[in-house]
Amino acid sequence: MTPYLPALFGGMLLGLSAVLLLVANGRIAGISGILGNLLGGRPVWANAAFVVGLLAGPFVYAAAFGRFPAVTIETTWPLVLASGLLVGIGTRMGSGCTSGHGILGLARFSKRSFAATATFLAAGIVAATSMGMLR
Amino acid sequence: MSGSIYARPAIALLAGAIFSFGLSLSGMVDPARVLGFLDIASGDWDPSLMFVLGGAVLVAMPGVVLQRSMAKPVLDARFHLPEKTQIDARLLIGSAIFGVGWGLAGFCPGPAISAFLMGLPLVLLFVAAMATGMVFHDRVLAGRL
Repeated sequence: MTPYLPALFGGMLLGLSAVLLLVANGRIAGISGILGNLLGGRPVWANAAFVVGLLAGPFVYAAAFGRFPAVTIETTWPLVLASGLLVGIGTRMGSGCTSGHGILGLARFSKRSFAATATFLAAGIVAATSMGMLR
Repeated sequence: MSGSIYARPAIALLAGAIFSFGLSLSGMVDPARVLGFLDIASGDWDPSLMFVLGGAVLVAMPGVVLQRSMAKPVLDARFHLPEKTQIDARLLIGSAIFGVGWGLAGFCPGPAISAFLMGLPLVLLFVAAMATGMVFHDRVLAGRL
């Protein structure tokens, strides 16, 4: 099977999750916002519960398919460390990441989210392509 | 609405699990797949992540139409939506910083948290660094910018 169908169905589940949170709880499924609020000592039960659900996902996948999803990291640890710091700082400064801006922001036709998504996609392509050339 | 204090976390738990299962199914939880998409000069470009984002937005759009037809969400008194509309420097610089970090290792926040309990040391390192970066921004940087 081509990887396109699982990619499409998996993506549709991301959308479904976002719609569920929006219509039932009235909130944006933005992972960096949810994490930032938890880390900032603004505990909301629903945010903690969302993170618990996130942590459970690969185990649900393993129960369904008999194996865990592939998670392959080919980056050296100093770069992983730098990457994590940049992702943490950047998502908080830019008020969102791939979920909040990339999924719901685009679906809501938010001007800010279009600008954010175009920016992080472009920066990600430049960074990943440069790293690829250095390897 | 007194039942909502239990119903909201229950919905959030379900939404988190669906989201994370979707990341596993789509392959987006795998940094190597993400870099295969972001690295456009590798000679082996993997466009499948466009289907992930496309599928997600395709489902989210009718959800937004439904949401706009509702006076309030099912389990809360009002919607909690972003109110800013201006594109400012913080948005663009922050998104650029995030993008560079995303392109270095292939992880964004959702997949990193999703893979956390699989116990890979580099995932744990990434999440610890990301949490540090978030706290550093909110406690130190945000007040000075």
